Amino acid sequence: MVDADNQAATAAQDGAGPNDEDDVLLDVRNLKTYYPSRSGLLGRQQAWVRAVDDVSFTIRRGETFGLVGESGCGKSTLGRSVVRLEKAHSGEVIFEGQDVLAKKGRDLKRLRQDLQVIFQDPHGSLDPRMKVRDIIAEGLVWQGTVSRDERAHRVRELASLVGLREEHLDRHAHEFSGGQRQRIGIARALALRPKFVLADEPVSALDMSVQSQVLNLLTDLQEDFGLTYLFIAHDLSVVEYISDRVGVMYLGKLVEVAKAEDLYTDPRMPYTEALLSAIPGSQAPGRRKRIVLGGEVPSPLDPPSGCRFRTRCWKAESLCAEEVPVLREVVPDHWAACHFAEAS
Amino acid sequence: MTAGVRAESETAPRDDVLLEVRDLQTHFKTRAGVVRAVDGVSFAVPAGASVGIVGESGSGKSVTSLSIMRLISSPGFIAGGQILFQGRDLAALSEREVQAIRGRDLALVFQDPMSALNPVYTVGKQVAESLRAHQKLTRQAALDRAVELLSMVGIPAPERRVHEYPHKLSGGMRQRVTIAMALANEPSLLILDEPTTALDVTIQAQILDLVRDLRRRVNTAVLLISHDIGVVAEICEEVVVMYGGRVMERGSVEQVTKNPRHPYTVGLLNSIPRPEMKGRKLSTIGGTVPNPLRMPPGCPFQPRCPKAMDICSSKPELSEAGDGRQIACWLS
Repeated sequence: MVDADNQAATAAQDGAGPNDEDDVLLDVRNLKTYYPSRSGLLGRQQAWVRAVDDVSFTIRRGETFGLVGESGCGKSTLGRSVVRLEKAHSGEVIFEGQDVLAKKGRDLKRLRQDLQVIFQDPHGSLDPRMKVRDIIAEGLVWQGTVSRDERAHRVRELASLVGLREEHLDRHAHEFSGGQRQRIGIARALALRPKFVLADEPVSALDMSVQSQVLNLLTDLQEDFGLTYLFIAHDLSVVEYISDRVGVMYLGKLVEVAKAEDLYTDPRMPYTEALLSAIPGSQAPGRRKRIVLGGEVPSPLDPPSGCRFRTRCWKAESLCAEEVPVLREVVPDHWAACHFAEAS
Repeated sequence: MTAGVRAESETAPRDDVLLEVRDLQTHFKTRAGVVRAVDGVSFAVPAGASVGIVGESGSGKSVTSLSIMRLISSPGFIAGGQILFQGRDLAALSEREVQAIRGRDLALVFQDPMSALNPVYTVGKQVAESLRAHQKLTRQAALDRAVELLSMVGIPAPERRVHEYPHKLSGGMRQRVTIAMALANEPSLLILDEPTTALDVTIQAQILDLVRDLRRRVNTAVLLISHDIGVVAEICEEVVVMYGGRVMERGSVEQVTKNPRHPYTVGLLNSIPRPEMKGRKLSTIGGTVPNPLRMPPGCPFQPRCPKAMDICSSKPELSEAGDGRQIACWLS
């Protein structure tokens, strides 16, 4: 699984993530997730879609790490690779001293209890034929260490925790509104008392008035159970609100990581700057000037040389085509992958 | 311009009112009963102005726009009210008469550009078709005009792009093509129904920029439907807030976003995460959107309203609030 050569080659880059602070729960090192893409006659030519291309960062215990980027940037693939819903090509994900990507069998099963997921689409991720009670209990059954009575008790406890009523448990998921369904998904994710939860666009499908209910629920649960979240969303305002630190992805690369306040008020990577300026309603006085990016995101099959953002960047110089900018600490706890991060 | 018109909109249409919707009722017959998706909606769009309708799912905002375009089909039907467009009631016209107006004076851009484009024809052919449907043009003249239109909506190398098929274009480019098609016959009203919802934020910024720029160049009025009040604020001067098939509040974007007065608008705006809310709980609107088959009597927001009173079980009319806006609430 781990590519030794590659590790040696990128050893110099280790620490190219804000991993010197406090208590690290999850340490992602040089993670790569590639997909084969066949083309040419009879599909013989194989190219690689570099969905996640050498990404390193850390998530601290008890924090919410927000991950933003536009569709196709690799944010979901990164999240899914971390919890092994997607097979990574190489790299390491160190969770409490153990490499998640190297675990097998019983060890993996034990580890999976600590790493749970809340999905975007509460329609697609809940089996319509199952009762709410059974959906929430799924993990407990799979774990197989809890008695039937205890399981029933846990399910009731979880339901009340997420604001579902007892009578809801015997109904089917499709009978509920989007917000209620997301509550069911959250209860299911928490059944095994995980330490880490990947929340992949958990509120994107919800109406505004319901979204705030679910965001409040997520922060309440985090306080009560000391959860650590990897919170993936394309809505930049939601991520700013909920995250302690935020990472920005562009075309498979992590291009900036900083505390939420720092990233939103003082972005060091031009892409982040453009992304933040595009938030609708951000034209209010005091906010930054709108930067409208020309063109579109290049294909991850054939990303530009050097900095991947250079083809759309208004600050690009010849250096940007020649050298890949490394994610480095520009000011304390603020990391950016731009040759000119200091200047901006 | 809009401030004056707004105050007059309850009276007879003035010359500069392009569209006036009066007490529109659009219902759907289902086996379980009649759904009043739009239940008495009134608002006006002055010529050349831009008005936004915001609402959550089930608010009736899209059904309103489809009703204006007369695109409601069975089991849905317009059950009452008037849609006065350039002085004629669209709700009362025959399908034939509507066809002559639709796509010429009145054009619509949908959320999903792929559903508006035919995958088997080139982009140029489709833009040319929408031209030739309403104008006498030769094939070549229409194609030349298509190139001009594609260039106007910011499509690079339009003379090459006209020969491409929709699937070759990105989502943002496809939406530009549908906007070009909508503008082909220089409509006096362009309805944009969630035009950027399927797009990424930087592409959304490009499209909103394009719409703003086009409004400066062509004198087309815009009716923008969106769930995102931020998007409406980017384009529109005036906003209509809908909930449960009714208008809750109507006023200038400035008034409604800075100083909302209807309890629903207040709740909606407060539930949007803002930087200053960081570390604090968001305020929420309790409960969920009511089941359209079991709408509460009276104000549709009443079961979730923190300020509900006994009187709220009878319908509050949309009425002048004194500061130029209109509110449907017993409190105002």
